[in-house]
Amino acid sequence: MPTKIEKDEISGQHTTGHEWDGIRELNTPMPRWWLYIFYACIAFSVVWWVLYPAWPLPGGFTSGVLGYSTRGEHIASLAAQQTARASQAVGLGDASPEEIESDPARLELAVAIGKSAFALNCAQCHGSGAQGFAGFPNLNDDVWLWGGTHQAIITTLQHGVRWTADPDTRISQMPAFGADAVLTPAQISDVADYVMSLRGTVGDADAMARGMAVFTENCVACHLEGGIGNTEVGAPRLASAVHLYGGERTDVIAQVTRPRHGVMPAWSSRLDPITIKSLAVYVHSLGGGQ
Amino acid sequence: MSESTATPATSPGYVRPLPDYNDDVVRFCTVATVLWGLVGFLVGLIIALQLGFPALNLDLPWTSFGRLRPLHTSAVIFAFGGNALIATSFFVVQRTCRARLWGGHLPWFVAIGYQIFIVLAASGYVMGITEGREYAEPEWYTDIWLTIVWVAYLVVFLGTLIKREEPHIYVANWFYLAFIVTVAMLHIANNLSMPVSWTGTKSYSAFSGVQDALLQWWYGHNAVGFFLTAGFLGMMYYFVPKRAGRPVYSYRLSIVHFWSLIFLYIWAGPHHLHYTALPDWAQTLGMTFSIMLWMPSWGGMINGVMTLSGAWDKLRTDPVLRLMVVALAFYGMSTFEGPVMSIRAVNALSHYTDWTIGHVHSGALGWVGFISFGALYCLVPTLWGRRRLYSMQLVNWHFWTATIGIVLYMTSMWIAGIQQGLMWRAYDKLGFLQYTFIEAVAAMHPYYLIRALGGALYLLGALIMAYNLFMTTRGLERDEEAMDEAVPARPAPSPARA
Repeated sequence: MPTKIEKDEISGQHTTGHEWDGIRELNTPMPRWWLYIFYACIAFSVVWWVLYPAWPLPGGFTSGVLGYSTRGEHIASLAAQQTARASQAVGLGDASPEEIESDPARLELAVAIGKSAFALNCAQCHGSGAQGFAGFPNLNDDVWLWGGTHQAIITTLQHGVRWTADPDTRISQMPAFGADAVLTPAQISDVADYVMSLRGTVGDADAMARGMAVFTENCVACHLEGGIGNTEVGAPRLASAVHLYGGERTDVIAQVTRPRHGVMPAWSSRLDPITIKSLAVYVHSLGGGQ
Repeated sequence: MSESTATPATSPGYVRPLPDYNDDVVRFCTVATVLWGLVGFLVGLIIALQLGFPALNLDLPWTSFGRLRPLHTSAVIFAFGGNALIATSFFVVQRTCRARLWGGHLPWFVAIGYQIFIVLAASGYVMGITEGREYAEPEWYTDIWLTIVWVAYLVVFLGTLIKREEPHIYVANWFYLAFIVTVAMLHIANNLSMPVSWTGTKSYSAFSGVQDALLQWWYGHNAVGFFLTAGFLGMMYYFVPKRAGRPVYSYRLSIVHFWSLIFLYIWAGPHHLHYTALPDWAQTLGMTFSIMLWMPSWGGMINGVMTLSGAWDKLRTDPVLRLMVVALAFYGMSTFEGPVMSIRAVNALSHYTDWTIGHVHSGALGWVGFISFGALYCLVPTLWGRRRLYSMQLVNWHFWTATIGIVLYMTSMWIAGIQQGLMWRAYDKLGFLQYTFIEAVAAMHPYYLIRALGGALYLLGALIMAYNLFMTTRGLERDEEAMDEAVPARPAPSPARA
């Protein structure tokens, strides 16, 4: 064996006598601190195995003397949270939204509940700032499809919009004037000019006059005179700077030709009454409440 | 074995004929390491920027984050890291065994077959072909090909070990062998799946539910343990003592830390599944084995760093050695951070946050990257028969740009991760969640920019390296001041231990 044990002058240790491509090894003992920390980690682990569920056994596992489980930890923290919230929410159950709004302590709590519930359930469609997206209403403004009073918001939340599983859901349906050939493309073009004029965009005077006639015949029943809208039947206000499906003339033509109809779930089956009431207070407080 | 000799092998008069080493294949994999490294770092920078500026996804499926992210991880781990491991293991096993690579053309099959695996995997990712298993995304056809290549790799390595001329197997080769054998086992077990059809790309795992998750993280954690730790420790055990010109610090430590590392690492995977459907007992075992793993991991760091006893002054004059020692420092840091993060209560905060990303990158950029760069700087002049590198000053520049890059990366991700974790669990005084998820996302923007800057610096350093290595292969030497001329006379080497 080509072994030659030498003493290394710098470290004072001996080599093992082996050599590979010029590399030798010292026979230095393992650092004590290293060894002791290694032992301490093993000892820590053994203690942990005694305290917590650790080793599988036939038909089960060592459950640990602390009786700990992650599921138990989760259930306990949920229960504690719910108890705390329930005790706080006592004052909200019987109060009307208006009463809540006039009481700073209740208002703070209701807004906190509503904001939290909104982030979890509503932000997906209405945006985390309730700013809405194309097709999903902005809740910060004072333009309402189904009304912006507390009670109107609560009803919308409870029963949803076009949510057919709920018999009391809010339903409005605009006829497909173009797709079902109720109006000709020329009439739709005219009525679009008229609707644009309600928003301040003045086009061809003749077209607008013709469009007004079409509007009076076909649209006023729901959107009312001057296109002010009717929250009783969910007919959007047209004389407005706020548009659910876009404010361009082409958007108006598209909507008259083949209307889109959004859907909102009925939340009464998922959220408790206090949460719904709090959501209404929160949404009402965003700036556009009536 | 061979006759005993009175002349030490290190003395200048010593001549023992060297075998005809197969260095062509090592050169090939060395070039592949550098090129894939640049690709991997670049894709990493792109996806870092995508997180800061989502418009950079370009609204195209092929360039979306979801497809480029596995491209980045596979390019750096398997293409860059894998080629570095194949190149150095083939280099080291020949020299420490005094034997030519066994198997005739088989090493070439491994080297080229491995590049084919990389191309198959990468093209699949971009086209949306994925098993969706982290770090094991390639579909069944790529998996089967890699299995064939990997078994050939094992056969070449074992064949060379068996016909070695040295009586003992050097410690670097233990680590390389552990890496090759265990990765084969991990790869095969985690990829047991049934193709939907022999002409299609889709397959389904043989496992489901929490068993599937546990198997995946048994694989995932040991990909870190055996690919990114054991393999690169093998690299370290050759190039650090070689470069420092000092004997390895402790043979005994190398034995004990090798076996304890190998034994403990394989059980630590469940710490990736804290607070999931994984049974509590398995979570506890994963956590405790991770904690016990701390010192075995540090054994490698101690052995590497303490090998410099008596050669500390070289850190000032040799930026290549400095790269490798800083690699060991990052290795020590991330193998401490790992056990800490495996503690269930810490994990409750850190899990799913960018802290994990920071942790991984302190290991990947710091340890795996730097030790590989060090090895490349050692390999290239030797393999191309050059007297020295083209420029040591450029190595110094590489060292500093990359180090600053890592520091920016890690610190930004630590802060980002802890902030994320705290925002997710923050309750207001009435007991309601303080922040929505999107608010936590928006808050990450500045950290993502700092992270991208760090990644850009790291990429810049790698470009400097590629240029330096290319000029070295051409036999050029930059006319520059030696690294040790600007400093006063060096002090005498101090004895490291009393």
